[in-house]
Amino acid sequence: MSGFDESLLDEVDETVRVRFVVNGRKVACEVAPRETLVDCLRNALELTGTHAGCEMGACGACLVQIDGRAVHSCLMFAVQADGAEINTIEGLTESGVIADLQAEFHRRNALQCGFCTPGMLVNAQELLSQVAEPSREDIRDALSGNCCRCTGYEAIVDAIDAVAKARREAGGTP
Amino acid sequence: MKARAFSYFRAATIDQALDAHARAGDDARFIAGGQSLVPALSLRLQAPRLLIDITHIAEMRGVRREGGFLRIGALTRHCEMLSEPLIAEFAPLLHAAAPFVAHPAIRNRGTFGGSVALADPASEFPAMTLALDAEIEIAGSSGTRRIKADDFFLDLFETALQPGELITAIHIPLFKADQRFAFDELARRRGDYALVGCGMLATCAGDHIDDIRISFFSVGNIPTRVKGAEAALIGSSLDAERIAAAQVALESDLAPPDSDEVPPAMRLHLARVLLGRLLGRLRDGA
Ligand SMILES: Cc1cc2nc3c(=O)[nH]c(=O)nc-3n(C[C@H](O)[C@H](O)[C@H](O)COP(=O)(O)OP(=O)(O)OC[C@H]3O[C@@H](n4cnc5c(N)ncnc54)[C@H](O)[C@@H]3O)c2cc1C
Ligand code: FES
Ligand code: FES
Repeated sequence: MSGFDESLLDEVDETVRVRFVVNGRKVACEVAPRETLVDCLRNALELTGTHAGCEMGACGACLVQIDGRAVHSCLMFAVQADGAEINTIEGLTESGVIADLQAEFHRRNALQCGFCTPGMLVNAQELLSQVAEPSREDIRDALSGNCCRCTGYEAIVDAIDAVAKARREAGGTP
Repeated sequence: MKARAFSYFRAATIDQALDAHARAGDDARFIAGGQSLVPALSLRLQAPRLLIDITHIAEMRGVRREGGFLRIGALTRHCEMLSEPLIAEFAPLLHAAAPFVAHPAIRNRGTFGGSVALADPASEFPAMTLALDAEIEIAGSSGTRRIKADDFFLDLFETALQPGELITAIHIPLFKADQRFAFDELARRRGDYALVGCGMLATCAGDHIDDIRISFFSVGNIPTRVKGAEAALIGSSLDAERIAAAQVALESDLAPPDSDEVPPAMRLHLARVLLGRLLGRLRDGA
């Protein structure tokens, strides 16, 4: 037996129960398979820090961490994330792991409207956990998938560069 | 925009995935990384009734040596192309191409098998399977087969895959001590699809080219080997004259499509520049 449920083909509007660990808490919710993860996070779980911009994978506003890696929550259906560990900007903020990045963004005015900021922070955290000593070129390269509509790139690169150096001096904690 | 409603089935084995597809027929799609399929569903370019998630199929994971090949499971993610030591050692051309595939977060989900199955003519990896003389392992209702990359890409987004068939792995001949490789692309912005891209793998005795395979992407309907240019290089030293001959040969090897954005003559020019650059690097051993 394959375990394939024939009724799946008839009940396309049915909802499915999914469970994840979001920001360290176990949650369960009912989703339609067509519901993207970003919609589930924002609507069902009311975690509106994750932004939906292009919903096509082009702007990076919707980045979250899934099982420790940055992922576009608009390019994933919530059902696919069943069983996964998800950290949104809210969780990363609470845990303090990006406190230095947030402080540096604040200090350097690396945001104007702030729409892109959650995605920028998730991406910056990903970069700094992968590359110990990123050059400015590496930082720009990593940010190539994040659009800032206010074009604050220079200050964003400055902020990430400063945090990379500070973390390295503090002993390279990712 | 939102996808049309569909049902979702998470397959645990290859057989389950094939079986589910057979029952749903044309109305099913496999989903791997989803980095191309999800946008297509959101735009309603596709509206399947059933989505079969193949990412939990253990048989399609992992990278290992098998005979004279590196067997790369179809579910190997683009980011693993960069982090997996076996790929860096035995398929360095893929390792070199990986940073040019989309952006970091997309590389965290997109899969090698998904990229080859989609066969986007602007994609890096399908073209590299040609340069590497790779073999694609395919599972279907009538069993498993292996097909050469040379015979896999048929037309725009059209491959030798039959409906309902799965790519389970890609086999790459192991990189050898007497081989050299080079890769680069010209794009308007890092992470964007290339205007022209190229990868090559050569077997050399010193400066003498015993064999070379060169593959271009973003210059036609399918990833394209340039056999005229290859022939111009094989059997002699890699000197300026040979490189110029290979560049000339591109004229008959490539037929860039007409587009307002990049006229065919410009794309051909870019291809020549890129070829010259890469052959120069190959000669200098860089
Ligand atoms: C903003 C953006 C930029 C991008 N830039 C690039 C780029 O520069 N270069 C590049 O190459 N790609 C790029 N991509 C595409 C990305 O790399 C995808 O990861 C890749 O093309 C498809 O892999 P996937 O695993 O996500 O496949 P999916 O999206 O899951 O599937 C794609 C297709 O292949 C089929 N399929 C998937 N796996 C299999 C299998 N094992 N057997 C049979 N069929 C299968 C699916 O049914 C579907 O039809 C970009 C994507 C985005 C959103
Ligand atoms: S909303 Fe996901 S990338 Fe733009
Ligand atoms: S600060 Fe406005 S989009 Fe970046």
